[in-house]
Parts: sequence; structure tokens; C-alpha cells
Amino acid sequence: MIKKILNNFQVGVLAVSSFITSIVVLLIIIFLFKEGSGVFSKSLLEDGYVLVVNSRNTVNSIAPKDIKNIFDQKIISWKELGGADSAIQLFSIDDISEYYSEEQIGSDLEYMDTCINNYIVNHPSVLAYFPKKNIAKKFNGKEIKVGTMGLYEFVKGREWLPTARPVVQMGILPLILGTLMVSLGAILLALPFGLVTAIYMAEIAHPVWRRIMKPVIELLAGIPSVVFGFFGLIVIVPMVQKVCHIDVGETALAGSIVLGIMALPTIISIAEDAIRNVPNNMREASLALGATQWQTIRSVVIPYAKSGIWAGIILGVGRAVGETMAVLMVTGNASNMPTTFLQPVRTIPATIAAELGETSAGGLHYSALFALGCVLFLMTMVLNVYVQVALKKKSK
Amino acid sequence: MKKVALGFALLLSVAANAQNIKVKGSDTILPIAQEEASVFNKSGKGTVSVTGGGSGVGLASLVDNTTDIAASSRKIKMEEKIKLTNAGKKVKEVVIGNDALSVIVNPSNKVTKLTREQLEGIFTGKIKNWKEVGGADMNIVAYSRESSSGTFEFFKDHVMNKKNFGSSVLSMPATGAIVQSVAQTAGAIGYIGMAYDNPKVRQLAVSYDGKNYVEPTRENARSGKYPVVRPLYLYYSTTNEGKVKPFIDFILSKEGQKIVDKVGFIAI
Repeated sequence: MIKKILNNFQVGVLAVSSFITSIVVLLIIIFLFKEGSGVFSKSLLEDGYVLVVNSRNTVNSIAPKDIKNIFDQKIISWKELGGADSAIQLFSIDDISEYYSEEQIGSDLEYMDTCINNYIVNHPSVLAYFPKKNIAKKFNGKEIKVGTMGLYEFVKGREWLPTARPVVQMGILPLILGTLMVSLGAILLALPFGLVTAIYMAEIAHPVWRRIMKPVIELLAGIPSVVFGFFGLIVIVPMVQKVCHIDVGETALAGSIVLGIMALPTIISIAEDAIRNVPNNMREASLALGATQWQTIRSVVIPYAKSGIWAGIILGVGRAVGETMAVLMVTGNASNMPTTFLQPVRTIPATIAAELGETSAGGLHYSALFALGCVLFLMTMVLNVYVQVALKKKSK
Repeated sequence: MKKVALGFALLLSVAANAQNIKVKGSDTILPIAQEEASVFNKSGKGTVSVTGGGSGVGLASLVDNTTDIAASSRKIKMEEKIKLTNAGKKVKEVVIGNDALSVIVNPSNKVTKLTREQLEGIFTGKIKNWKEVGGADMNIVAYSRESSSGTFEFFKDHVMNKKNFGSSVLSMPATGAIVQSVAQTAGAIGYIGMAYDNPKVRQLAVSYDGKNYVEPTRENARSGKYPVVRPLYLYYSTTNEGKVKPFIDFILSKEGQKIVDKVGFIAI
């Protein structure tokens, strides 16, 4: 009787804890997507600010990209935007003290609104940028509307300037491509070496040798990633630069090499366990049929251990896709469109790691970084699902 | 038990009596403020506690009264001033020292000086080869800090005339990483705080008017000849002046300025 109650209790504890774990994981995912979705509902214009032109200006709206080019002084005339043939005069709130004295603004800034209004009225070709609060009661300017961003622009945009003022540029295509390239390269490098080492350790190496090798390789997993990053910056980056004869060593290739090394212990140790779990009578049967050791490994052991080997690969890829610190140090983080492996790239995890600490919680930049997290989540999920589906098909 | 309670009461009364001045803000100023505070605390004139967090954090804390002094490596923004005004506060600004930025290149590079316009061209991506600025025929590799750093913001506002960095500019997570990368890349150019100067890289002379090039030395920065200098500020509410004055006077004293110099910044 007591035994039965105790058993029920133990089973219950197991059920409840696994239930709670699943709920927590789900909540984290929901949180991620909830925060990330904010990116599509916030204006690209800096929060609480307005863009204003003189009321006689014929231009009514300006595309976000053009606004950036105006403030970069690549577009200098209203003519290029379909307006009058006059040079654009930029005005931002910080310039106010250059045009009006402290007395005119007032010691408590009480006349600031009027000063801004006067400035806009007196300068027909102005493009002013100032806080919404400072719109005067009798306002004579015309507000330029800046819309929100759609999913298409977010994913297809090619410029990542999340702190540009007054209008940010948030195109994540270069970041997605950078992440894919670095991860793909890492796997292409880690897979052959990892598999060969796992097979050697499980099937060929002397047990004593194996007992030394395995802990050493697993030790590699315990090294903090920033150490790998610095090692990469000091050793691998100059090496890549010299071997490939390029101007700059911080490239996708350098990132792939460092990540490949970091993914090795996961791949090796899981694949090796899978191979060692192949029942001995399978090997013996194969050898008894006259197969050589290599033939046994190739056509009996590996097919039997396949799902375990794939599990190692998936976990290794997961580490490569999500790794931040090491990549941040060695890939250069330039947000240009990558075309070859010998170019600096910016990955999604590195972007999140470098930028999230300084954003204001709830702002557009903050939401954009969470949206990047969602993209990363979807990328790894698609990969996992694909591998599992492929495995099931093969085993049938 | 009674003894413990008595001890607690004593501790509490001591804490209440001593005027504890709280300083919060810029991570750049943090080493200065900490060093100043530790010397000031020994003098017995009061106690100062210092925390970092960034210039924006310090100024925001000034609004909600969680700090007495805000340390900032940039001038207070108009929007922050508006927030303070709305909260019924007037702030006073004190410059406690300067931080100079120097532009560095690889020691093998023959270019020794650049104008502000050339720097702007290089970091916006318009100038791509060293031969365009009087150097060898070699591609320029420009290194910047990440956009979250105050150094990045200062460089963008003052050297690049508020223009955006080009998309091919590499961005590094730390000043140490910029020094390392510039040291091992022949065509590299980067910018660092002068306190981080390192023999593995070479500093460039900079000109803002296109004629007079100034070497980035501490003397030139102090005399105002070197242009890429940012003042370091402390802000406090005027209603709090009596409380914070002793510490600020101490920083501005000869002894306090010596500490500024010792930590690697430029005294005023």
C-alpha cells in the first residue's frame, strides 16, 4: 500500500517537473517572439521625434533610405526628392544654441518651441528633426511621415545601421547570409575531422590511448568561448591572411575555422558514444563473414550508429549557429553583403551580443534584436526538422 | 542579542550621518572616479561610492534621484535636459578632464598624417585605397568600435560629421581587439583612446583645417592643439550643490588632477 503511494508520488514528481520544463521552454519562445514582433509596429523614426519641413515645401513623404542619405549628405537637394531646386538645410535640436542665444531659448527652455518654429518658418528649405514635445502650439511646419517596416523589408534589406539617426536602417539579409556562411563552413571543416576521430577512437585506437584522448577532447568543450575568440584573433586570423594573400584576415573563413574547432568535442564525443554502443555481435558477425575491419566499420558499424552520429552533428551545428563571443572576435563584423568566404561578415549572434546591452528596453532596436533571435531560432529549427525527416526517410 | 541590536543602531546612525555621495555613469570615467573616490574617502571629508553603467544610465539616474552626480563622457543631450527640466531640476556641468582619441595604422604604413575630410572618406567607405591619401597602392581596411560604445559615438559626431560608417567597415568588440588587428593587418586603420597607445601600432597626426597637422601627444591634447579630444563631464542638480561640492572641488584641485593624469587621461 505504502509502496504504491510512494510510487505514484515519484511518478507524479517526474511528470510535473517535465511538464514545468516544457512550459518554461515554451514561455521563453513566446517571450522571444512577442518581443521580436514589436519591430514591425514601431516607427523607424527615433522614438518621440518628428521630421518637419517648411509648410511651402512640396515634398510630403521621404523613403527611410533617402532620409539616411540626406543626413549622410549624399542627397543634398530637394530636387532629387521631387521638390524645389534648393539645397536641403538640416536642422536638429542640438543645433538650436548655434542660432538662438540662451536668453531667447529661456533658462527653463520655455521659449524653445517658439524658437524652433521660427527657424522652420524662416528657412524654406529646412529639414528639421526635433522632439515631438517641442512642437509649438501655433505650429507652422509640415510633418513628414515615416512609416513602419514590413517583414519583407526587414528580411530583404541590405543595410544594417540600427543606431543611425534620425531614421534607422534595419535590413538583416547580410546578417542571415553571414550566419549561414560561417556555420556552413564550420560544419564542412568539423564534420570530416570529427567523424574520423570518433571512428578511430571507438574502433581502432588502443583502449589506453582512447582513455587519454577522450578526456582531452572533452576538455576542449570546457574552454570559454572568448578564449577561443582571442586565440582565433591572434593565431588563425593572421594565418588566414598570409595563406590566402588577402588584405584582411578577419573573415568568414577565420570564423568557420574557430567554430569548427569549437564544434569538434560535441561531434566527436556523441558520435563516438554512438559507435561504441553498436552491439559487439554485429561486428563479430561481419568479421566472421570475412569482411575486413574497414569494411565492417563502413557497412555495419556506421549505418547502425547513424542516428547517434546525426545527433552529434545537429548539436555541433547548433553550437556553431548560436556561438557569439568567438565569432565576434574573428569575423570582423562588417555588415556588408558577403560574397566569398574571404570577406568580413557579421553574424546574427554577434550582432545581438554586441548591441543588446546598450539598447533601451522596448525600443525599436531592442525589438529588432529579438526579431533577429527569432530568425536564428527558426534557422536552427528548420535544420533540426530537416535532418530528422531525412533520417526517417533513409531508415525506412 | 542586545549588543547586536546596539551595533546595528550604531551602524545605521553612522551611515545616516556621513554624507555618502553617489556617482554613477560613464564607464570611461569610471577609473578616474574610482581612484578619486578612494583618495577622497581617506581624507575624511566624506564618502563617495562610484558605479558605472554608461553615460545614459548616469543621466537617467539623475532624473529619478538615484544618484547625486552623473558622470558622462559626452555632453548632455537636449532630450535629457528636457527630461530634467520636466522633473523640476536644473543641472550644473563640470569638466573634470579630457580624453583624446588617436588614429592608428600599421607600423609598416608610410602615411603619417591625415585630414579630417580624409578620415571621413575612409570611414564612410568613399576612400578605398591608401594611394588616394598619399600612401602605397594598398586597400584600406578600416576598423571601428561597436555601435554601443561611447568612443564610436564621439568619433561619428566629431570626426565623421555625424555621417554613418560605411558597410565595409569592420567593427570590433573592444579597444584591445582593434590594436591587435591593426598591428597584424598591413592596410589597417583604426581609432583608440590615447591611453591605450601601444608600440605595436603607429599613431597619425591629424589636421582639421587641412594645413596644420598635429601629433597626438598629451601636451598637444592639453594645450588644445590636438583636435580629437572629448571633455569628460560631471553633472549634478543645483539643489544638491552643498552635498557634492567637496568632492568636485577635490577632483578639480591639484591633487585631483594629478590622479586624472595618472589614470591615463588629460588633466585640465
